[in-house]
Amino acid sequence: MLTGPQPDRDAPHGSPAPGSALARTVRAFAQMLPILLGMLLLTSLLMAWLPRSGLTDWFGRAPLLDLLLGAAVGSVAMGHPLAGYLLGGELIAAGIGLVAVTALIVSWVTVGVVHLPAEALALGRRFALVRNGLCFLSALAVAPLTVAALRLIG
Amino acid sequence: MAGRRGRGGWIFLGLVALAQGATALAEPGLARQALQGFARTLSEVAPLLALVFALMYGAERFLTPARTRAWLGRGSGWRGWAVAVLAGVVSTGPVYAWYTLLAELRAKGMRTALVATVLYARAIKLPLLPLLAHYFGLRYMLVLSLWLAAFAIVNGALVERLAPVPPAE
Repeated sequence: MLTGPQPDRDAPHGSPAPGSALARTVRAFAQMLPILLGMLLLTSLLMAWLPRSGLTDWFGRAPLLDLLLGAAVGSVAMGHPLAGYLLGGELIAAGIGLVAVTALIVSWVTVGVVHLPAEALALGRRFALVRNGLCFLSALAVAPLTVAALRLIG
Repeated sequence: MAGRRGRGGWIFLGLVALAQGATALAEPGLARQALQGFARTLSEVAPLLALVFALMYGAERFLTPARTRAWLGRGSGWRGWAVAVLAGVVSTGPVYAWYTLLAELRAKGMRTALVATVLYARAIKLPLLPLLAHYFGLRYMLVLSLWLAAFAIVNGALVERLAPVPPAE
């Protein structure tokens, strides 16, 4: 992305000089900064806009719908994963199934809809879309597998 | 490529700043709250950025493409997968702080599969495992962590198959 491999890397004696390595690192880091600052600002803005209460009302209609909803809410959620655990605890207390709660927790920490622009800029649009799409699908798989394994263990 | 993406970052920041400005006009209280959140998170992330910079410098200085390909490239085998899962588990802070380092490593020969595996394995939050066990039970924490580690590898393999990096990238 930021600096491609340089010709001197494959030289017989290996590593580049400290000065050139530092210059390349500073350049790469400087290119990352606007993305990072933009992500921090965007996340703070969305956290201020989005309501955090009333989420539990959305759940409890059908187990399959709860699973999809859990994964969807986790995918667009931001903030510390601990907030996901707390919300998961609230949902369990409200009688929502562990499968839906697990889907929420897993997609919370694997899918990053809000981070997509930054991920696409750094690692490529196709990579970001495919990776996040697969993470969403894997949340739908990991949740029932976790609950099934727990039942098996007893 | 680097120039286009470099501009992309500034355009992205500009758009977000515009959204912040629009919010300040429409809802000054919300904009203030967002700015306070921004300042708080930035102060939390700053030490992590120093770590990322140090790791980037280390990778730039000591990881030649040949070494990167040997440790994290196509021929790295099970060691490559293990390194990727462990790196994901021990990495901390916001995920976007790690994108650039991973992009750098991929440019030097790290497999796309292992990049995706590192990102997925970050779901296993080492410092938060006791809390997860506290809220949902020890068995739940262990079972979920094992599934996440397994799916980090599955996810990596699938991402590489579905989103291969073109040779020019």
